[in-house]
Amino acid sequence: MDRMTGLVVVVVVLAAASLFAWWRRRSQGRFQRTHEVGDTASPLTQYLHSGGFELGAQVTLVEFTSAFCAPCRAARNVLDRVSADVDGLAVIEIDVAAQLDLVRAVGVTRTPTILVLDSTLTPVHRAVGVPRYADVVAAIGPHLLGAHDSDRGPGTIAPAPDSA
Amino acid sequence: MTHSSTRPNSSGQATSDYRAGGSPAGRPTRPLIDARGPRFGAAVTTVVLAVAILIGPGSPITLALLIAQTLAFGLGSVAGLTYQPYGAFFRTFVAPRLGPTRHREDPAPPRFAQAIGLGFGAVALIGLATGLDAVFFVAAGMALAAAFLNAAFNFCLGCEMYLLGLRLIRRSRPEAA
Repeated sequence: MDRMTGLVVVVVVLAAASLFAWWRRRSQGRFQRTHEVGDTASPLTQYLHSGGFELGAQVTLVEFTSAFCAPCRAARNVLDRVSADVDGLAVIEIDVAAQLDLVRAVGVTRTPTILVLDSTLTPVHRAVGVPRYADVVAAIGPHLLGAHDSDRGPGTIAPAPDSA
Repeated sequence: MTHSSTRPNSSGQATSDYRAGGSPAGRPTRPLIDARGPRFGAAVTTVVLAVAILIGPGSPITLALLIAQTLAFGLGSVAGLTYQPYGAFFRTFVAPRLGPTRHREDPAPPRFAQAIGLGFGAVALIGLATGLDAVFFVAAGMALAAAFLNAAFNFCLGCEMYLLGLRLIRRSRPEAA
């Protein structure tokens, strides 16, 4: 009887964990458009204005990180590479443990979470996990100077099959 | 499209300027460890826990396996990864055969995962000791899921559980900004 229970537990756990990992990997690092309205009173905007941060003239990338998060470093590397290639871009890192109230207000539940903010500091895209370079570029593209401010839709974002 | 990789540049050791960019808490930079070590440990843990669950409660083998595994979790989390027996085995016997690696990582995330394992292991032990089989199966099953995710998919437990735990434990403090 116990043998049977043990076998069922092991099989169910391994199957469920595999499904979970597959699902997480599918969405990892992919940018979703957010539908927030520009709000200078939002906790995030207030925090960014009060923190003495160097904000991007065109786009600001905010990465929420934590001390126990290995991919946070990889994500930061990707953002830094984009930042080196694009003018008017700033990368700001926020430690979740130090800014828990802000984390709650923004609705961050996992790290790394990356927000793309336009020049008015309105969040326009959000991703959880390590994004690909091309996906970051695609997400910020419409918000760079000279780009049409029109709605280009998520079609501009490169499809992101599992990399590596 | 050209740069589709998320691999860190060259060595990937951007530790010096990793904190630059407005992080409030300047964490001390720890020496990085071989990332294959914790992965190897997770594989061993997966096997140990699976065998313990398969044999099931009521057997002294299950009790022995679970005590050993919980001790390993305890050493890895409380004393540090240096003292984690599977990690020590990896460094002594496996790593020299595999050769050096460029894939190095911060020890804090895997150590956090060890602490989660310690919690589940302790609850599973309580289940065994009190004869509450369901408690044993659930707790050991959770630990197995975590170890398997780490071993097979390099899953980052700290990315999910740490913030969740923080949000649950620390209540909202509107007065403290």
